[in-house]
Amino acid sequence: MKKLFTFLSVFFITGIFALSANAKTLELAMDADPVSLDPHSQLSGGMLQYSHMVFDPLVRWTQDMTFEPRLAKKWERLNDTTMRFYLREGVKFHSGNEFTAEDVVWTLDRLKRSPDFKGLFEPFKGAKAVDKYTVDIITKKPYPLLLNMATYIFPMDKDFYSGVDENGKPKDAIVKVGASFANSHESGTGKYKVTYREQGVKMILEATGYYWDKKSPGNVDKIVLTPIKKDATRVAALLSGDVDFIMPVPPQDYARIDSTNGVKLVTMPGSRIITFQMNQERKEELKNTKVRQAIVHAINNPGIAKILMKGKATAAGQQSPKGFLGHVPELKPRYDLEKAKKLMKEAGYEDGFELSMIAPNNRYVNDEKIAEAIVAMLGKINIKVNLTTMPKAQYWAEFDKQVADMQMIGWHPDTEDSANYFEFLLMCPSKKTGYGQYNSGNYCNPKVDKLILASQSETDTKKRAKLLKEAARIVYKDAAYVPLHWQHLSWAGKDNLQIKPIVNVMNFPYFSDLVIK
Amino acid sequence: MFAFVVRRIVQALIVVFVISIISFAIKSNVGDPVRQMTGVSVSEKERDELREKLGLNDPVHIQYFRFMKKAVQGDFGVSYFYRKPAVDVIISKAPATIELVLVSSFIIVFLSVPLGIYSAIYPKKLFSRFLMGGSIVGVSIPVFLTAIVLIYIFSIQLGWLPSYGRGELVNINGWQTGFLTVSGWKHLILPSISLSSIMLPLFIRLIRSEMMEVLESEYIKYAWAKGLDKYRVWFVHAFKNTLLPVITVGGVQLGITIAFTILTETVFQWQGLGFLFMEAVERSDTSLLIAYLMFVGIVMVVVNTLVDIIYGLVNPTIRVTGSGK
Repeated sequence: MKKLFTFLSVFFITGIFALSANAKTLELAMDADPVSLDPHSQLSGGMLQYSHMVFDPLVRWTQDMTFEPRLAKKWERLNDTTMRFYLREGVKFHSGNEFTAEDVVWTLDRLKRSPDFKGLFEPFKGAKAVDKYTVDIITKKPYPLLLNMATYIFPMDKDFYSGVDENGKPKDAIVKVGASFANSHESGTGKYKVTYREQGVKMILEATGYYWDKKSPGNVDKIVLTPIKKDATRVAALLSGDVDFIMPVPPQDYARIDSTNGVKLVTMPGSRIITFQMNQERKEELKNTKVRQAIVHAINNPGIAKILMKGKATAAGQQSPKGFLGHVPELKPRYDLEKAKKLMKEAGYEDGFELSMIAPNNRYVNDEKIAEAIVAMLGKINIKVNLTTMPKAQYWAEFDKQVADMQMIGWHPDTEDSANYFEFLLMCPSKKTGYGQYNSGNYCNPKVDKLILASQSETDTKKRAKLLKEAARIVYKDAAYVPLHWQHLSWAGKDNLQIKPIVNVMNFPYFSDLVIK
Repeated sequence: MFAFVVRRIVQALIVVFVISIISFAIKSNVGDPVRQMTGVSVSEKERDELREKLGLNDPVHIQYFRFMKKAVQGDFGVSYFYRKPAVDVIISKAPATIELVLVSSFIIVFLSVPLGIYSAIYPKKLFSRFLMGGSIVGVSIPVFLTAIVLIYIFSIQLGWLPSYGRGELVNINGWQTGFLTVSGWKHLILPSISLSSIMLPLFIRLIRSEMMEVLESEYIKYAWAKGLDKYRVWFVHAFKNTLLPVITVGGVQLGITIAFTILTETVFQWQGLGFLFMEAVERSDTSLLIAYLMFVGIVMVVVNTLVDIIYGLVNPTIRVTGSGK
């Protein structure tokens, strides 16, 4: 009897060890942690990364920029303004409630109430449940980017978020300042649920064990997310083995990580374009198209991408990267100093002039260095630049006030679509329409506006591409802004992590699919 | 004596009031908290509504009076990032800094006293000269460089010690302590060495020079003449009088230590008050920023006032000469 007992206990203990050997934990260090547990509280990269762990979207982007089904199994267009989604059955929320079409309807309504997402979902009328697992999503006008936006619909648990909390406040309130039920509780359909969270210190996500996606090869059961703000410390944590995966990776450490055994660096061209805007309202000289062209020709952006960015950036001649609908292959970077000088002469500014410039110093990769390089380059065509750089906390207020003649701005389109760049950066600024919100160059060309507005309701892809390409050519010719480069995205991790398959151009690594060997 | 204490307390209150005005003046220069809370594509209208709701559109003096009214009742507003009352955030982060400063102080005391005394007694010995040279270097290397070099050697190259954070913590009535776990102590080593690296050389030099001065004084010569045991002369007679100015300087250095915790904690991702301050600046978390400045200001004022009052008790001449301070 005693022998049997010993045998059984040994058997049992080894069994436990065998189990725990398969349970993989990922120590993840990012530069910041999610600001809230409510996916609608802020539209930011960090919050979307969180949403992909704890919730599931209807559809999601693949690496080659197509859509793959998630909570929606398949979809079809019913008419110009309606798309029907057939939902996955038997999916459970973390609360135990079943996921149905009602949750999609409720979530879309809430998105339309969220201060941050409201703008993106403006074209949407709403959703209608056809039956328990079928939902129609309806737009106000024909809308070509319906699927792009469906990647932002992460159904939330209607029953869980309905009613009032212990303080008598509605559970579904979207609260930006202070505490709320949704800010500190979650119930999604994602692989992980949040089991511990101390804001700014640590977040622990654990696999629920009943995740619907059985096909996924992912084998990470627990993610410990630690925000490590300082670049050097984040890299040190990876190199010393304290963490398994870091994002983002500071470019000064690319070579170091590449050459260190046991860790690897993964980079990928992104869609965030870095540009300078030239303010035509503030500075008479910048109204002159020739002067703007001269400035664009004087700036050696291939050199910046190669030397300053260590090759981890792609020099740009336009906003849309390759793979976007509005990308025009022949719009190349135009560095040509001789031509720049000639243009200045033709414009009658051979002796140059002075301008002011501002740039952030902690927002984009090497932002301050890039601005300094450009000051030197513009010096060659006798433009004397007075540069001021500042931290991002102060930068955007100054940017909005348009305190300088040239201002730096990087832009990543939330819709992963060409039109979005124009809507925010190049359309005529107007308080009424809300377009051109970040157009501090005050470039205003009715022709461009017309093309972009037409593209917004053009569902025929071929026709739409034509409109967007036309707009890109016009602003190229007008030298409406200075395109610099598309920043690459970077991740680094230990060798036993299969990072490549889970990363994408949106910078939302799909951790639920991560395999640790 | 009573009049002196009252006068000191009134002065302290005036200082706190000035600090509150200065922190409030800084507020408008650290950026816009609303920008930090919203995504980039949020319209100006939405942002303005949020500003209105937070009372950020009111004139500065109105905001200030609103703040003071609440502050007097101990309410310093809600941190935008932590979504909790700023006072609670500060209280929850304070243990980390207190533990770090405590361990660093121990390192400083236990190293500077013997080393300082040794180099005072044997100023010509090679080890003393080496100490003096080394301390010059120590004072001039910035803390964050020391910290990064330590991480590089002990975490990355040797892999002995962790590179960031506080490790495993034990919660005792809300006080998160790292003193009770092995990992907590391991995590303490590098940050506390970094933090002490700036004060240690200073104190060694200070103790040495004070001690040398005392050793030259009349009463020590008399002690030698009496034929007292040399250890008694050094450690009892001389060292006692060395200690007074050292303690004074120690009190004054408190402010500098607080400044250096900011650097040390930022490099090591040490979740204390210094780290919190840097984060608040970067996130334009203005209510938290003001609460931190007020908190540190009040701590400094209280410590200095206490030191002054104790001095007044010990040394009555201060009360007369120091009245105009």
